[in-house]
Amino acid sequence: MLTKPLNTPLIHRSVYLLGLLSLCLAGSVSAKDYSILNVSYDVSRELYKDVNSAFTEQWLKQTGDQVTIQQSHDGSTKQAAAVIAGLEADVVTMNQEPDIDKIASKGLIRKDWRTHFPNNSAPYTSTTVFLVRKGNPKNIKDWDDLVKGDNVVILSNPKTSGNARYSYLAAWGYALRKPGGSADKAREFVTQLFKHVPVLSTGGRAATNTFIQNNTGDALLTFENEAFLIAKDLGADKFDVVVPSTSIEADHPVAVIDPVVDKKGTRKVAEAYLGFLWTDAGQEIIAQHHYRPRNPEILARHADQFAHLELFSINDIVPGGWPEAQQIHFSDGGLFDQIYTP
Amino acid sequence: MNAIPQPINPAKLVARQQVALQDADWVRWSLIAIAVSFISLFICLPLGLVIFQAFSKGVVAYWSALSQADTLAAINLTLLTALVTVPLNTVFGVTAAWAITRFDFKGKSLLTTLIDLPFSVSPVISGLIFVLLFGAEGWFGEWLMAHDVKIIFAVPGIILATLFITFPFVARQLIPLMQEMGTQEEEAALSLGAGGWKTFWAVTVPNIKWALLYGVLLCNARAMGEFGAVSVVSGHIRGLTNTLPLHVEVNYNDYNIVGAFASASILAALAVVTLILKSALEWKQGNR
Repeated sequence: MLTKPLNTPLIHRSVYLLGLLSLCLAGSVSAKDYSILNVSYDVSRELYKDVNSAFTEQWLKQTGDQVTIQQSHDGSTKQAAAVIAGLEADVVTMNQEPDIDKIASKGLIRKDWRTHFPNNSAPYTSTTVFLVRKGNPKNIKDWDDLVKGDNVVILSNPKTSGNARYSYLAAWGYALRKPGGSADKAREFVTQLFKHVPVLSTGGRAATNTFIQNNTGDALLTFENEAFLIAKDLGADKFDVVVPSTSIEADHPVAVIDPVVDKKGTRKVAEAYLGFLWTDAGQEIIAQHHYRPRNPEILARHADQFAHLELFSINDIVPGGWPEAQQIHFSDGGLFDQIYTP
Repeated sequence: MNAIPQPINPAKLVARQQVALQDADWVRWSLIAIAVSFISLFICLPLGLVIFQAFSKGVVAYWSALSQADTLAAINLTLLTALVTVPLNTVFGVTAAWAITRFDFKGKSLLTTLIDLPFSVSPVISGLIFVLLFGAEGWFGEWLMAHDVKIIFAVPGIILATLFITFPFVARQLIPLMQEMGTQEEEAALSLGAGGWKTFWAVTVPNIKWALLYGVLLCNARAMGEFGAVSVVSGHIRGLTNTLPLHVEVNYNDYNIVGAFASASILAALAVVTLILKSALEWKQGNR
């Protein structure tokens, strides 16, 4: 409230000036140049860089129109909040359903978005694996090893990062499903696990940086694609991927933001862009980035670059799926808040 | 305190001064050593590291990192932001300082406090204020959407947030000086028949110009370097709403270390230029 008297005169004077300025900027785009904004999660940077250039080229060939795809990356839940606050995304490419449901609940995405594209609108999946220091000095092989001794585990914040929510639920599912497992045992295991976590960052990429740049931690919990990106492309001599016995299947759904594409007249290109992810060319790029494509042939062709493990889905461990998981585990005062005390 | 100061024996004063200046050698040297090592550890070393990392893959890599379209866009946006906010805040700062030091009105002390507000709230909160005002679910959100005016997650939001953050710099430099100056010279000019405008340009401006320039420089440095508030309202759209400080973070998180530090070196260079100008101004002022 205190800011009002100071701000009001500034705003009045500047709104006109800045409105003019933005008009000038907007006016410089010619009619046949489309520009769409893809708001995405943190670790999809490399994937969409390649997808975008392939799609741009294909679209130009197909239609003769030039399309520019702009990117914005951060923790997925933070990104969903930005879209709700008015970030004009044409499409969102997220790493789990709740973030899209949240945007849909504000009327920005149609309620039946899951039926808009095949595979519940998720063009690829991933799973949670471990990244450890070269040679695996702490001998971390499965979930139980993470909580041994003074092992330090790095992951991002399940409140703001979809990546970390999968890590949390994967740990939960492991303890729940193993022989003699129960909800109580799962809670105990996850509590133990988070005692080994010294710091939580906003997004998955920030957690990776903590692990590889700051040299903190014995194991990083993250998506398979992120772990392989590091272990194969960036630090083959420094890190190894460890595949646990079992983990969670992570759907990565996509959606069109209806009011934005209708206003901008970009619906056709936005839908074609997301549809491109299901084409052979799109699925091939997806596989090259260590995401699991939906096309079985392309998946088989890249089989050697994916971890072999038993996958369970969220519905296997939380009967009500994401809405219930969100309510029980990640809502304010939920299980995560109860077990994590920094 | 006595109304009339007691005469002081000058010889005594000099003697006292000499004692003060003649601290034991070890005190003097250790103080100097502490200051120098502190500055080298916390300023020179990181600055050197930025330059070292920026050139770690050679001049060509440095240059190609800087000539990336996204980097150029970030540099342009940063310069545009400074170009809009600094002149506006110079005018606002002079106006505010004038109002506070030349007029008496109700709520003057409140106004003085409010000018300091951007200094005292966290930049993240400053950014959130604008989201709460202009975001789709904010106070003006619906109106702005209906009229297709984009503020948040676009250039206007970045400029507004920077404007807010850098508001106090010019006013804060001017207020103490103008208070100390008093109004006598201006009253004299007015009584000699000069108009208000002429008095301002011929009497006030020459008196405050060094402090004004100093305030403008500080304002500019912060406008180009602001991270927190801008990060909240930016939306992080590459090549569009990333200022240089945000671009540094994006590159760092893309594992593009050369790109991150090359952009950082531009920011550092801008800061160094600002510092040199500032020292030159101080030196000039000291000589007067």
